[in-house]
Amino acid sequence: MNVGAWTFVMVALSFALYIGIAAWSRARNTGEFYVAGARVHPVMNGMATAADWMSAASFISMAGIIASMGRDGSVYLMGWTGGYVLLALLLAPYLRKFGKYTVPDFVGDRYYSRTARIVAVVAAIFVSFTYVAGQMRGVGIVFSRFLGVDIGQGVLIGMGIVFFYAVLGGMKGITYTQVAQYCVLIFAYLVPAIFISIQMTGIPVPQLGFGAELADGSGYLLDRLDGLTEELGFGRYTDGRRATLDLLAITGALMVGTAGLPHVIVRFYTVPKVRQARSSAGWALVFIALLYTTAPAVAAFARTNLLNTVSGRPYAEVPTWFTNWEATGLIAFEDRNGDGVIQYTGPASSTPNELTIDRDIMVLANPEIARLPNWVVGLVAAGGLAAALSTAAGLLLVISTSVAHDLLKRVFRPSITERGELAAARIAAGFAVLVAGYFGINPPGFVAEVVALAFGLAAASFFPAIILGIFTRRMNTAGAVSGMITGLGFTAAYIGYFKFLRPELNTAEHWWWGVSPEGIGALGMLLNFAVAAAVAAFTPPPPEDVQQLVEEIRVPRGAGPGHEVSA
Amino acid sequence: MALAEARRRYWRRNLTYVGVLLAVWFLVSYGFGILLVEPLNRIRVGGFQLGFWFAQQGAIYVFVALIFVYVRLMNRLDRRYELDERDERDERGEGRTAR
Repeated sequence: MNVGAWTFVMVALSFALYIGIAAWSRARNTGEFYVAGARVHPVMNGMATAADWMSAASFISMAGIIASMGRDGSVYLMGWTGGYVLLALLLAPYLRKFGKYTVPDFVGDRYYSRTARIVAVVAAIFVSFTYVAGQMRGVGIVFSRFLGVDIGQGVLIGMGIVFFYAVLGGMKGITYTQVAQYCVLIFAYLVPAIFISIQMTGIPVPQLGFGAELADGSGYLLDRLDGLTEELGFGRYTDGRRATLDLLAITGALMVGTAGLPHVIVRFYTVPKVRQARSSAGWALVFIALLYTTAPAVAAFARTNLLNTVSGRPYAEVPTWFTNWEATGLIAFEDRNGDGVIQYTGPASSTPNELTIDRDIMVLANPEIARLPNWVVGLVAAGGLAAALSTAAGLLLVISTSVAHDLLKRVFRPSITERGELAAARIAAGFAVLVAGYFGINPPGFVAEVVALAFGLAAASFFPAIILGIFTRRMNTAGAVSGMITGLGFTAAYIGYFKFLRPELNTAEHWWWGVSPEGIGALGMLLNFAVAAAVAAFTPPPPEDVQQLVEEIRVPRGAGPGHEVSA
Repeated sequence: MALAEARRRYWRRNLTYVGVLLAVWFLVSYGFGILLVEPLNRIRVGGFQLGFWFAQQGAIYVFVALIFVYVRLMNRLDRRYELDERDERDERGEGRTAR
């Protein structure tokens, strides 16, 4: 069978599985819709969290980013995993003990304020929408390359699937579908990585093959790669190029942003116990680490393969994958010196570069570059879709919960019935699917920029407010709200200035202290902490019952499914 | 008052655990992976330069270990102060020694 047929089979099988699971796990009440009745096993929840968290960006883009950035790409690896340590140690157990459905619930109750709740809801909805747009673009890329349908139709199919299980099943349907999606996506990621590792180094474990000698006897893989990249003027692969402070700031913003993302936090409300909220974060990181330790190996293999196969080759002799991807416009060759040979060179080379490759295609093209069997290529397409759809579903749920629960039930119509709230949550989820689909078909040109913004904002707003709410009894409304607004405002202004207002100034010499817009969330977070502490010191402490609430969430005893702490 | 005192000590101990584990968390990622990457790169383990290995592999393994260490420490602490969730003990964390 050819690639197209295999892709069709793999994608159809995986979709049938998701729909089957959704039909089996329909949500019957708001508790099941929002937090799966708080009855999910911690290992299962870990898997679901991993699928929820690892998006099209992790599956499709990350290895490509690392392949092109070399050692500096480590900020994504450490940043997107280190946040789970913060979650497990500082957030998950206490939020589970608190025991309500959402992040705005916690912020609103802990800071006894409608303003705080609304600030949190708006931030949650904004962060989630920016993310969904990115996922839908991932779906579009996979469909258009592998199934030959146009991007619009691809997005429509994806929307249909997500609509079906998110709207019917709520968190319950999503959780069990995400478990299946994790299995599909990790299998799809590991199979080609293992194949390529064996091909290049003879070692079946990519994490070890990464540091091993090449099978052709030309020395260690990384030394060979360093040699190739240096020779072609890209600079050595294992050398850093970015400023140290910037690396620290980006890693910090990504870690803290991860720990502040509402669709990740909400997953820890779904386990039965506080103890399991802790271990569940550990399991989530195990499942994530499986992919995240493979990704840098894939990146090194892919970069080496790419340089070996295309650089210095006559254009007339390029392999078929090259021409396939050229058709999508994601690879472009321009024969500047007219010699018919592909000169692929970096900024330090005297020969002008003639090849541009979109980083997003690295993982998807990798099996073809390594000439793996067609079924592997089909599997990777199904894996990419699993990653994109699972994250999209988790985000849509946050949006629908925010609208139905945080805004409607808690702010505008407290008298709404259980059935009414469930219906509202479904309508909001349906509406969110439509908006996400719109962005998928007409992707805003600034998806990548907005995702940086989402992380920065989550880091600079939620994280300090939640931490201070748990670890200090003294923090009050005035402190938390002014901290959140300062952090949000500072971060949004900095990113907005460099990304949207004056993109031509977006270079290291114009950045404050050399910190890029991707890393500014870390400074925003520090600012938030400082302002909150200063304001709280000069305003009265919170009322006695709120201080009692803080005491209560610090100990596990007394938590239960749907338990509500008096406040 | 005795109860409040026990809770205070429980919380103190928790903060100590968190502090120590986060110090390790900081050391392996920001320390080994970024600040000390150049000197560590002079040490080679197989085909890896050590600093590069921490930045792209090692830090992640340590993160996983840190969470499970914390889970164990806290499960023990919860039981010692009798602040664990009361109903049925689950499969993990059995075989404790009462102290």
